[in-house]
Amino acid sequence: MFSLEMSKEQKMIKDEVAKLVKNIVTENAADMEEKREIPPDAVQKAWELGASVSMVPEKMGGFGLEDSPITTAIILEELAYGDLSFAVLATLPSLIISPLINMGTESQKSKYLPLFCEEKFNPCTLAINEPHFGFEPENLKTVVEEKNGSYQLNGSKCFVPMAAQASHILVAASLEGTGNLFIIAKDNPGMKISELEENTGLRSLPTYEITFENCEIPFEDRLGETSGCDYEMFLQKTRIGMSAIGTGVSRASFEFAMNYSKDRQQFGEPIVHRQSVAFMIAEMGYEVEAMRLMTWKAASRLEAGKDAKREAYLAKLYAGEQTMKVVDYGVQLLGGHGYTKEYPVERYYRNGRGIGIIEGLATV
Amino acid sequence: MISLELTEELKQSRTNMHNLARDLFRPIARKYDIEEHTYPKELDILRPPKPKKDSSEAEKKPVEVKEVKKDKKPAGPKYDNLIGVLSVEELCWGDLGLMLTFPGMGLGNAAISAVGTPEQKIKFGSRWAAMAITEPEAGSDSAAVQTTAVLDGDEWVINGEKIFVTSADRSEIVVVWANIEPSAGKAGIKSFIVEKGTPGFKLEHLEHKLGIRASDTGTFVLKDCRVPRENLLGSAEVKKKQSFAGVMQTFDNTRPTVAAMALGVARAAMEFTKEKIEESGMQLDYANSGYNMSSIHKEFYRMESNLEAMRLLIWQAASMADAGIRNSLQASMCKAKAGKAGTEIVQKCCEILGPLGYTYKNLAEKWMRDVKITDIFEGTGQIQHLIVARQLMKLSSKDLK
Ligand SMILES: Cc1cc2nc3c(=O)[nH]c(=O)nc-3n(C[C@H](O)[C@H](O)[C@H](O)COP(=O)(O)OP(=O)(O)OC[C@H]3O[C@@H](n4cnc5c(N)ncnc54)[C@H](O)[C@@H]3O)c2cc1C
Repeated sequence: MFSLEMSKEQKMIKDEVAKLVKNIVTENAADMEEKREIPPDAVQKAWELGASVSMVPEKMGGFGLEDSPITTAIILEELAYGDLSFAVLATLPSLIISPLINMGTESQKSKYLPLFCEEKFNPCTLAINEPHFGFEPENLKTVVEEKNGSYQLNGSKCFVPMAAQASHILVAASLEGTGNLFIIAKDNPGMKISELEENTGLRSLPTYEITFENCEIPFEDRLGETSGCDYEMFLQKTRIGMSAIGTGVSRASFEFAMNYSKDRQQFGEPIVHRQSVAFMIAEMGYEVEAMRLMTWKAASRLEAGKDAKREAYLAKLYAGEQTMKVVDYGVQLLGGHGYTKEYPVERYYRNGRGIGIIEGLATV
Repeated sequence: MISLELTEELKQSRTNMHNLARDLFRPIARKYDIEEHTYPKELDILRPPKPKKDSSEAEKKPVEVKEVKKDKKPAGPKYDNLIGVLSVEELCWGDLGLMLTFPGMGLGNAAISAVGTPEQKIKFGSRWAAMAITEPEAGSDSAAVQTTAVLDGDEWVINGEKIFVTSADRSEIVVVWANIEPSAGKAGIKSFIVEKGTPGFKLEHLEHKLGIRASDTGTFVLKDCRVPRENLLGSAEVKKKQSFAGVMQTFDNTRPTVAAMALGVARAAMEFTKEKIEESGMQLDYANSGYNMSSIHKEFYRMESNLEAMRLLIWQAASMADAGIRNSLQASMCKAKAGKAGTEIVQKCCEILGPLGYTYKNLAEKWMRDVKITDIFEGTGQIQHLIVARQLMKLSSKDLK
């Protein structure tokens, strides 16, 4: 089938998330950045929507609903439209739940899923990015070796959301040259978590660097155990997640700049009466559409049970580039005012830079 | 429910068009680029069979039969516009110039089927119809047409000059825009069917062009050209508000088509470029993020993501039309994006191809010339951006000039 119309259910979910975002995030995003914290009750409210656990079987604490990458993409865009940090935090557990469901063994699922699917938000997280020049998620420098009856992990990770608060961290590392995922509990002595990171964006989301020194991981905590996991599929899903949140950040900047340009008067009329302004807005408008459609296209392939390697790759690449362009236009259209913290476009600019650079902040 | 997977039926019709493009268009693409103004007789096999002259009943019958069938059909999704853009992409992958001179598929035919009366559709629908809007003083500002039509008895008397008419020579009839009440401004603009051979209707000359040379583009002069009263398309009433918008609405459906032309040509160029990249031993596998690849790889992925963006914006506009949703905004969005990105992609492919992108030995340089038209005709790139901005912000054409 070919259709771009949301189902009734998808519309309802989208409205629900939009309402939540409007009520608890939009107005507070600047404040949250200032305080470097997202209020726990806001996160709890988002958690209660159940998006991250919907496809977890009921006996493991979820709703047992069908996994819909498109619905997830819709939710992610809507959350990131409110605030990127909030979107990442509110869906953080899905970064470990989704790989577990899709690639974990039965015993891993029944051991871990119930822990992450509780009524109260439990900040488990994912560590994939690495703090060095030339980082590529498919060529990890964090390495695992088999030694003395367990795995040993060495290397370092950055931009790990909530690492200090998380009960469990899913770590991406290379084992014999291929990507693998390992579940590590917070009290593992081979893992050192840094002070709060200082980054240009994502500032209300606490992120940390982690270093692993001969960090021991039991064999049974390698995702998929001896057969390992489909790391490439995992990347497909996170790439689609990244392009969904890129769409959201871009749309926020686009809409804000558009409304501002309609009101702002210079030379005796709204600035948008000038083509050089109006054309930027037109471009932002269709690039947001294009980003969303590319996200949906890739998600749609997964939903149809097909491989989305090419589509996910292109969607992430496109979202990375276009988001930066759109958030740049957003600041430009507000002029000097756009450069100050009085308006959100400077935050979108800082957050938007992350879409092309960072991996694995979200997944479908 | 959202799904961007094409049905088997859609894929099949795309494959059929692809084969046609590959077998009929590609082999003669260069020939008619060189032999500008020569009619590609190979395309004669595409001509719709002429209806028999003797039985006017035979013409009417199939129409009735069709309508009965329609009522019985279960109301499944309709994909006419989607099939249209998929087909155009394939045909233009074959050759844009030849696609534009597809016998019997003129822009005028789109206008007749959009606004013609049932009688007009029967009488003119199966004849190759060109569309003549543009004048020396009315290009992007199509509302400024100066050609006039005055009713004299049972005939309209048309005077004016029309330029850049696609299929000017090869068409059988021409849909001509003229003003029947210049004092009413653009509300007075109507379109008229003018048959070839009508006294006072003269094909003055054909253009020599940068690209799409397989398609003939010409100038008509109309001097006291008389056409029957019933050749006015639609209603003769001059409504101040509605009329011109109605005329322009025809283009909501054709803009995605022009965007699909850019898509087809750009894809052709990318496939050729990919072939050369891979022949040189580099692999494109959608796996590496950027640090371990050449600038050629990186550029290629970038182009491909833009190609995908164009395609999906086009599919969106077409699928809205199929669902009966007004798509003026999306139609202009996809043309704005496709005209620009399509042109840039083919230029870049030629750059990557180096000498192979400059020689007549293959088609890449020709695609670079051909694709440029998609950012010009049926509303230039700038005009599309204007329309998008006005629609997004609900601005009038006075606010945003
Ligand atoms: C090969 C070919 C085939 C064609 N086929 C047909 C056909 O079948 N029927 C038909 O009627 N016409 C046809 N055309 C005409 C075509 O639609 C026009 O050329 C086109 O609309 C632009 O008009 P113009 O050439 O007069 O350019 P102009 O309108 O003079 O524009 C010149 C430049 O100014 C820009 N510009 C103009 N106004 C504005 C504005 N308000 N804001 C910003 N920028 C602006 C344009 O974007 C362009 O870059 C064809 C043209 C070509 C070349």
